[in-house]
Amino acid sequence: MLTIKDLCASVEDKEIIKKLSLDVKPGEIHAIMGPNGAGKSTLGNVLAGRPGYEATSGSIEFKGQDLLELDPEIRAREGLFLAFQYPVEIPGVSNMELLKAAVDARRSHAGQSELSAIDFMKMAREACKAVGLDQSFLKRGVNEGFSGGEKKRNEIMQMMLMEPSLCILDETDSGLDIDALQVVAKGVNAMRADDRSFIVVTHYQRLLDYIVPDFVHVLANGRIVKSGDKSLALELEAKGYSWLEDEVA
Amino acid sequence: MLEWRLKAYRIWQTMEEPDWAHVHYPEIDFQAVSYYSAPKSLEDRPKSLDEVDPDLIETYNKLGIPLHEQEMLAGVAVDAVFDSVSVVTTFREKLEEAGVIFCPISEAVHRFPDLVKKYIGSVVPQRDNYYAALNSAVFSDGSFVYIPKGVRCPMELSTYFRINQMNTGQFERTLIIADEGSHVSYLEGCTAPQRDENQLHAAVVELIALDNAEIKYSTVQNWYPGDENGKGGIYNFVTKRGICHTRAKISWTQVETGSAVTWKYPSCILKGDHSVGEFYSVALTNNYQQADTGTKMIHLGKNTKSTIISKGISAGHSQNAYRGLVRMGSSAAGARNYTQCDSLLIGDRCGAHTFPYIESAHPSAIVEHEATTSKVSDDQMFLCQQRGLDAEKAVSMIVNGFCREVFKQLPMEFAVEAGKLLEVSLEGSVG
Repeated sequence: MLTIKDLCASVEDKEIIKKLSLDVKPGEIHAIMGPNGAGKSTLGNVLAGRPGYEATSGSIEFKGQDLLELDPEIRAREGLFLAFQYPVEIPGVSNMELLKAAVDARRSHAGQSELSAIDFMKMAREACKAVGLDQSFLKRGVNEGFSGGEKKRNEIMQMMLMEPSLCILDETDSGLDIDALQVVAKGVNAMRADDRSFIVVTHYQRLLDYIVPDFVHVLANGRIVKSGDKSLALELEAKGYSWLEDEVA
Repeated sequence: MLEWRLKAYRIWQTMEEPDWAHVHYPEIDFQAVSYYSAPKSLEDRPKSLDEVDPDLIETYNKLGIPLHEQEMLAGVAVDAVFDSVSVVTTFREKLEEAGVIFCPISEAVHRFPDLVKKYIGSVVPQRDNYYAALNSAVFSDGSFVYIPKGVRCPMELSTYFRINQMNTGQFERTLIIADEGSHVSYLEGCTAPQRDENQLHAAVVELIALDNAEIKYSTVQNWYPGDENGKGGIYNFVTKRGICHTRAKISWTQVETGSAVTWKYPSCILKGDHSVGEFYSVALTNNYQQADTGTKMIHLGKNTKSTIISKGISAGHSQNAYRGLVRMGSSAAGARNYTQCDSLLIGDRCGAHTFPYIESAHPSAIVEHEATTSKVSDDQMFLCQQRGLDAEKAVSMIVNGFCREVFKQLPMEFAVEAGKLLEVSLEGSVG
């Protein structure tokens, strides 16, 4: 699904990711943990192709293609989805309008016909229900006046509709209360499939109680310093990150 | 009529061209302007769409304009145009049944001289301003509408239906009279860029809403804006004003995307008590376009109300100014105004300007003004792109969202076209 080799990446000429390698196979869930400033969000943004996040060396292969050669919208159409840490508001553009355009873009890229408005509405209503958002959110402006929790649920709702191959959740758990966290986790678990992978970026172990990862990687100072199974997350919870940084040093 | 025009001409000669607007253009040689252009003779017209500028055809296609309408817009002299004659005829019959008069103003001068004499120049007098004086002296045609007492006009009136009279020249004069308790919605213009060689447009529109009448006037203006280097394009200097008598209402909605220079302030004189004025505007400028547009709300009657919603979008090297006056007269007890004025910038070489003028001569009048300036943010763009939308689609979606409050004032099919028009006008604004 995704193979990152010796990736170095900079933001505003500052090197944030330093020789990072990661292999994600179809169906796997990888958790990326680490202290603040380790480069966790940078990784997600580089993968999604956010302007200003520049890969300076190394390679990324996504579904057999050179990811770094693709424009951000093509990456999205190919099935790479980033659930934003801070979803931005777009006043006056309804959620529905954005989502319909998004789903249509992905479908026509895959050579499928556009969905009829009725079929799309049906899907969108179901997705809303799955993340516990009222249907009225479809008509509201994108993230306009949403609470923090509503924005995150909205991201997961979008993810469900886009049916991506690779889902990157960038600190989706931050700012969520336990109920919202469970709703988000339930949504993700429902989407688990043999041909779909997840990269879950999180600061806390808590989310991983609900979304059980196959692998846990600790990112510190721009590289993966330790990898393990889900027990590593518990160890981190108990000991913090500093022992790892010491160990590496 | 001749005397009225001559008077206007003499007034015009004593006036000076205004220079207070935030626009710059080379001096106009008024001697060189052609003041009357008869409809082209059939031989001169293009024989088919094949002879029309392909850029124009491409734009029509993007806007989804049906073929026979494209032919009409491009001035093609083919019989197919007459397919629509039957539509026009049924339309006319229906209006006549309701007693509504809708005809060229040149015809109205002969058929309804009393009405024309009574109202022409009553809202925009000859000496009102430089361009209005010029228009009064030289106008060649335009529309005339009269809605009798208590009649609700059975359909939207549109200049679109007199498209065959399109080449009537650049000095249009429109006069709309809504008699007591009547109601009319009037659509002006067209979403397609028209084949037009004229440089200067100085139109005058006068609206008269008598007691309890309501006039809704919607404009979509897409004259030729000049090329991407700012060469060519129309100068659009328009005077539009309406007067509201007791409990009457006038609502202006405009979507302005064309013209090289726009100078336009659709206004309301709220003379009658409890009368209402509204102004909803989207003005988009790209490349080297300049727009100085806004409104005047003159509150004279008691408890008069006005609302101004203005959305300005600047892209490329363009300059976009909102200029608005809210005047609460000394007799305007309990008058209220709410103004919201938002500017959106695309790129870093364009300009947005706001010039609000507020004058209040009555202590009980309330005037509110809100203004925002924002940019299409990188974060918004990236969100859209991450959801699979390309940059142009993303910008047009964000801009359309920004304009939503105004678009929902437009008649349904116009709103859809206005959205598409923004998309076309914004092409090439993201690099």
